[in-house]
Amino acid sequence: MLDAAGVHARLRDRFGEAIGPLTGSGRDAWQRVDAAQIALVCRFAKDDPALAFDCLSCLSGVDWPKREVIEVVYHLYSYRLRHWGVLKVETPRDAPGVPTVSGVWPAAEWPEREVFDLFGVVFDGHPDLRRLLMPEDWPGHPLRKDFVEPEEYHGISTSRASLLRP
Amino acid sequence: MSLLNTAPEMAITTRVDDLLNWTRKSSVWYMMFGLACCAIEMMQTGGPRADLERFGMAPRATPRVSDVLIVSGTLTLKMALRTKVLYDQMPAPKYVVSMGSCANCGGLFQLAYSVCDGVDKVIPVDVYVPGCPPRPEALTEGLVKLQAKIQRERWLVRAPETA
Ligand code: SF4
Repeated sequence: MLDAAGVHARLRDRFGEAIGPLTGSGRDAWQRVDAAQIALVCRFAKDDPALAFDCLSCLSGVDWPKREVIEVVYHLYSYRLRHWGVLKVETPRDAPGVPTVSGVWPAAEWPEREVFDLFGVVFDGHPDLRRLLMPEDWPGHPLRKDFVEPEEYHGISTSRASLLRP
Repeated sequence: MSLLNTAPEMAITTRVDDLLNWTRKSSVWYMMFGLACCAIEMMQTGGPRADLERFGMAPRATPRVSDVLIVSGTLTLKMALRTKVLYDQMPAPKYVVSMGSCANCGGLFQLAYSVCDGVDKVIPVDVYVPGCPPRPEALTEGLVKLQAKIQRERWLVRAPETA
């Protein structure tokens, strides 16, 4: 079992500058990973006996309009060694693209589709990159901060005069 | 002589409309269309405790033999289009019961980007059952109200539908 610093040191040893400094503390401690290398880093994190991250427990996205980036966050867990790791990659907001990790953990397929659906991040090498939650012909990516809901969808108006709406 | 013994010779008079409506309202088959948490209450309503079958209502797994669509749960925009397709597959006369706040107006998710704010934006609704979720008693009452509506219909003399 490793703590966050141990996980970081192990990754740093192997990948050097592609791994950023350890930030935060406790279970939330995370490290930035060079986007182009994320699939390799994840492959190593899974196969290395000292890390043995056999579970991708969460894959999510964050939109940062001011910094012009979209972040993809990977929460890893090792059932064997019972330790955690958090990786983050950044990708430009106007042309977001990150290599897929679905070859490492097949479970990544659907979360990646979800991040593609809601943030528009294209996962290179993904076997079946379609929208997951929104309809196929939906315009835009709803979890981007500047997303504006269309007035109507196939003739269905998307709002209702109600007390909730100011 | 008891009433039962006279039954074979008895004649009952009724209006044809009333008789037909009575038979129709006594076998309203509902389509299983559970979309979210409300569906649990709908299943419960069909179960032995609330026992919808005593009203002649039985669940059906396909729209093609169903009389009523009970929309129980949150309707997303993606599902809304499919709901219309399912509704179109039901043979007329057909009815829709909107169950719960979500189906009525989008409920607590109505500001969400993915939710259709009420099933009546897609298909016509006959009975709205309020609640989040409505108890089985509430759904039962809604369906009894639907039966009353069916009994009142005058569809033999109705103006012919334009196809
Ligand atoms: S009305 Fe309430 S119980 Fe019913 S589907 Fe919506 S949130 Fe769930």
